[in-house]
Amino acid sequence: MHSFGYRANALLTFAVTALAFICAIASFSDKFSNQNPSAEIQILNINRFKKQSRGNDEVSLTLDIAADLQSLFTWNTKQIFAFVAAEYETPKNSLNQVSLWDAIIPAKENAKFRIQVSNKYRFIDQGHNLRGKEFNLTLHWHVMPKTGKMFADKIVMSGYSLPDAYR
Amino acid sequence: MGYIGETVDSIKSIKIRQLLTQAVTLGMIVTSALIIWKALMCVTGTESPVVVVLSGSMEPGFKRGDILFLHMTKEPIRAGEIVVFSVDGREIPIVHRAIKVHERKNTKEVDVLTKGDNNDIDDIGLYAEGQMWLHRHHIMGRAVGFLPYVGWVTIIMTEKPIIKYILIGALGLLVITSKD
Repeated sequence: MHSFGYRANALLTFAVTALAFICAIASFSDKFSNQNPSAEIQILNINRFKKQSRGNDEVSLTLDIAADLQSLFTWNTKQIFAFVAAEYETPKNSLNQVSLWDAIIPAKENAKFRIQVSNKYRFIDQGHNLRGKEFNLTLHWHVMPKTGKMFADKIVMSGYSLPDAYR
Repeated sequence: MGYIGETVDSIKSIKIRQLLTQAVTLGMIVTSALIIWKALMCVTGTESPVVVVLSGSMEPGFKRGDILFLHMTKEPIRAGEIVVFSVDGREIPIVHRAIKVHERKNTKEVDVLTKGDNNDIDDIGLYAEGQMWLHRHHIMGRAVGFLPYVGWVTIIMTEKPIIKYILIGALGLLVITSKD
């Protein structure tokens, strides 16, 4: 009952249980943070808008993205993955979400930023429905914790549209 | 002669009973672990409720050796979700983020393109020959939570199977030689 093996076993079990408990509490504490992120996106320029040889529309644009995600950081946050997606509807598809740009924000100081960037990923439609198309630009963020549950949320900005003719 | 024979018999019978008890106890431990695993599969709705991250393609968010908790609901797949999917021909599932989603109007079928956060290009190269999109049936679950470092045990046991045998051998020895 008092051999080394039994003591090591008891100690290990208790340590693992305590660690699991602490991780759960750390994750739970994320619920109490006050969060008010803000963002604003402007389309600076439509660089290219054409129909590919395969028949799908492709757009290349330059965006001005300004965001303040500092309030999303808690002591249990490892990083925030933020991305901007164009969301729109077409006759064939009820929802299309195309990610245009993303970034990993490793710390609170980097969470307030303003950048001008052209789309990192190609904005290609399934079909040729993009002329004159109205779409939303949504800033999504994914809070990845040091341990525990992940949270995701978004800000939807609507009112953007593509030109009526190819250029 | 008679009672020596009796003593020998009683010793033999004790040993057998003890052995049987220990075998049953071991069996109980193994089956209750299996029950818990299957129950987890039911609750989370996926075949593998817990997976170990094997590659560095999602760093710095998920490092090699972390474990991910998965959950699968009937909710539609949306961009930004971290999904676990398997590709025909590859046995190991991959955990990456959905960056493009196209959902059909009436059938609710969906085309998904994924990419690892730490990769420069999207996953088209990982899909099967000629496959451009993932569909609902490829996706096994969404990552909803994670624990760091815990998965190293599994990685070590898979990549150096000798350690697995040593561990099981030691455990077996402990069970057999323990007196209670």
